[in-house]
Amino acid sequence: MTALIFFLFAGLAVFCGISLVVQTHPIASALSLIGVMGSLAILYLQLGGEFIAAAQVIVYAGAIMVLFVFVIMLLNAGAEGVSRGSSPLVRFLGIFLVAAFLGLISFTIQAMLPPSESVVFGAFQGGTALEIGRKLFTAYLLPFEVTSVLILIAIVGAMVLARKEI
Amino acid sequence: MHNAVPTSWYLILSAILFGLGVAGFLYRRNIITVFMSIELMLNAVNLSFITFSYTLKQVDGHIFSFFVMVVAASEAAVGLAIILTVFKNRSTLLIDDVSSMKY
Repeated sequence: MTALIFFLFAGLAVFCGISLVVQTHPIASALSLIGVMGSLAILYLQLGGEFIAAAQVIVYAGAIMVLFVFVIMLLNAGAEGVSRGSSPLVRFLGIFLVAAFLGLISFTIQAMLPPSESVVFGAFQGGTALEIGRKLFTAYLLPFEVTSVLILIAIVGAMVLARKEI
Repeated sequence: MHNAVPTSWYLILSAILFGLGVAGFLYRRNIITVFMSIELMLNAVNLSFITFSYTLKQVDGHIFSFFVMVVAASEAAVGLAIILTVFKNRSTLLIDDVSSMKY
């Protein structure tokens, strides 16, 4: 069951990732990215990250992607044309090299890591909101507070950049 | 157990998604799609954090990926505002046309 869910959603994530790269229309890329994020949320859940899975769906697939889709609609972004100065040979070679590179990376990870334990659903119980909140407000209190300043700066920066006069 | 999934497969998936993000970043010409490729890379790194958190049975990886999400949210807000400004000034979204700082 674990393997079935892993292969289903890992395959979906890779498929949507490839779709993000090869689609020409930005809205199709955005929908593919939402697919990747949803599949990754399932995989987080499998690894015991309840809180992160929920945050992934709410923050990433919810808030950030809505922002992206909003900007795509606002700018009326259409499909981009074919890239300048890229022959079919270059494109074919590029696809081949990317595939070879990813295969090499996968092989290296598999070969270099010590024989790892298999994932069992429920073996790690520390990913609940209780545990994360406890850690966040004790050991990681300073980074958490600094993050609020970062978000404030981001809000002010976004408002300044999106003004009419610039 | 024949249907067990080792944790290294999650890391391989993370590497593949990161590689796809890099490929999209280099290949695409629409600035919004380039930006989405960056988000894909951040997601891939998050998967690595969660996997290592599972392996070490520590919750710290979850905290890191939480911070990555927060930074990604603020980065998306500022970056999309920059994209809006660029589009307002140049009336284009293709990064090839916005290369005046290259020379």
